[in-house]
This record gives sequence, structure tokens and C-alpha cells, in this order.
Amino acid sequence: MASTETYIAQSPDIAASTLGDDTIIMSTLDSTIFMLNSVGTAIWKAADGATPLSRIVGEKVCAEFDVAEDRALADAEEFVAQLAQHGILSVSAQPASPREAL
Amino acid sequence: MQLAGSTGGHNVVIEIGGLPIEVQTTDAGFEHLLMGRYGSYVASGVAPEFALRVRLTSPHFFDPDAEAEVWLEDREWNMVRGDFRARWNPGQKRGEVFQTANPYSIDSVLRIVHTLMLAPKGGFLVHASSAVRNGKAFLFSGVSEAGKTTIARLAPADATLLTDETSYVRKVDGRYFAYGTPFAGEFGEPGKNISAPIAALYLLEKASENRIEELEPALAVQRLLRNILFFAHQAEMVRQVFESACAFVAAVQVFQLSFFPDQRVWDLIG
Repeated sequence: MASTETYIAQSPDIAASTLGDDTIIMSTLDSTIFMLNSVGTAIWKAADGATPLSRIVGEKVCAEFDVAEDRALADAEEFVAQLAQHGILSVSAQPASPREAL
Repeated sequence: MQLAGSTGGHNVVIEIGGLPIEVQTTDAGFEHLLMGRYGSYVASGVAPEFALRVRLTSPHFFDPDAEAEVWLEDREWNMVRGDFRARWNPGQKRGEVFQTANPYSIDSVLRIVHTLMLAPKGGFLVHASSAVRNGKAFLFSGVSEAGKTTIARLAPADATLLTDETSYVRKVDGRYFAYGTPFAGEFGEPGKNISAPIAALYLLEKASENRIEELEPALAVQRLLRNILFFAHQAEMVRQVFESACAFVAAVQVFQLSFFPDQRVWDLIG
């Protein structure tokens, strides 16, 4: 049976810094700038390519913020799609190998 | 490329931000032009650490519509705009410029070269007016029409203007300093050639009343990055500029300054 999980990894083509609760990210490819709020920052920090998005949402979003899991996962998928569209995150149906995840 | 050595001609040392660049030319008229354009930024008795050899070209090499492009190739920065071509070798600290005998081309090359020299050391040029008051420097940054020149014009008599257009930020021994620049905007006059530690950066917005608010760090970095002069989009350079902006915001207070354009705004500064 095919996996329905999504795995997300930070792109190497970015510069990022978490300042306070927020994260600012700059693409080194086109210099575009992105701001992540505290929820986005929690997802971003956990984007190691090896942890399923559903687990990130459960452990880093629902556990920390007052939000229902279904709603949080739907919002996270939309958020991930937006960042992936700009090359900030890579999205895969398979987990990265341990070497890739480093 | 052989960039080292002097032309033995009419050379002028232009020291901006404490970094002396010898502009080498064989043309006495161009030397005169540089002396007039850079005034108090022309240094004498200073051993220049950097050099730019200017080769004057005929006027047909000019495309007023072209935008500046900057890229790294074989460890040399290449710069091209409609009115000049230039190369800068950061390892040799030497470069070469092809342009007509005008002040605007060398001015642009100097801005680009200074951004390239500052970036690895945490400094930058930023679209901002700046002034020194009571020994401390204050920067006023914003996009065009945000009020950079307006706030410079409103400065009280005890403030010394560093620039009304392009501020020069250097990190020296872990502290940030603003330096005067000859890069003038609508004011039309170069800033005073002095420096002072930076006390605050104000991001400008014209409003019906004066209001000052401290900005969240991430928002401050985002707004600062929009105003940093940023010619080279090579990945390592982008990272350096990004990290410089983050480090600056961590060290210097950044405020949103909404202001009504009269002298009372300066009561909030300092």
C-alpha cells in the first residue's frame, strides 16, 4: 500500500533566522523574503525530511497551539505547498535517507 | 587580469567609510572632476589599500536604458551597466573600470565595490539618510518618497548630516558605525565625512502625526533587507547580506517612525 504521508525538508538554497517567535527566510536564488509566524516556525524547524508532516503537526503544532488536528493538518498542507512553490521547502512522499536528512 | 600597480598618472584617493580607494587615471581632466565631485572624501597622505584603474572610453559606449548587472566569475566581480564596464578582484583589492569621463559611472562603481567589500564583514550600504547628534548616529531608512531627505532637511542645528540618500554601515570591533558618504540625493550635497556609533535605525513612514514604535525583530530584518543596496545576487553574497541584516537588528534598536514633516519629529529622536 502506498504511503500517503508527506515529508518536508528545508531547501539548501535559503538563508534563515528565527528572531523571537518568528522566522525570516530569504531565497538565495531570487532574494525573495518570507516571514513565518510562530506556527509556521514550528513546522519549519521540524522540516528535517524524515518526519512525516502529520507527526510534525501533532507534536509541534497541536501540542503547542490550541488548534484541532484536522484543521491544523489542512492549514499545514496549504502552508507547505506555498513554501514549496517558492523553493523554500522540498516535499516528498518518501522520507529522506539518513544521509540526506542530515 | 593584471590589475596591480599604478598608472603613474593623475591618481585620486577617495576614502569612504574609512576604506581608501585610489582611483587611477591618466587624464588630468578626470582627476579634476574627481577632486571636485568627492571634495572632503579625497584623502591625502593615506596609503591606499585598494585601487581602481579607470580607462576612459569614447561616448559611443553608452546605453542609458541598461540596468547594472553584477556577477562573480573566476574570483572576480564583473559589473556592467549601460555607461560602464568594470571588474573587481577582492583578493588583489584591485579593479578596472571602462567608462566615459563623467562622475556618475565612477560613483556607481564605487557604490557597488563598497557593497562587495562590506558584505563579508557584516557591513552594508542602505537607502537611508543619517545624522550624528550628541555623538550618536541615527539612520532614517525607507523607500523612495518615504521621507529620507525630508527628515534630513528638518534636522536641528546640532545634528550633522552624514547623507540624505545612502548610508554607510560598518561593523567595527562588534559595534556598528555610520559613516558620512558623498552619495547625495535630492539634497544635492555630500554628507560630512565623519563617523559615529549607531544608536538607532528608524524606518520611515509619512503620517498626520508623529508616532514611534519598536519593531519585532523579524519584521525589522524584513524591512531593512528591502532597503539594503544589493547588486550581486550570488548565493554566498545573499547569505552574507541576510546575516548582516539579522546581526544588525540584534545589536541596534529599530523603530517604525511615522512622522508629520515638521521639526517636532526630532523631539522623538535621540
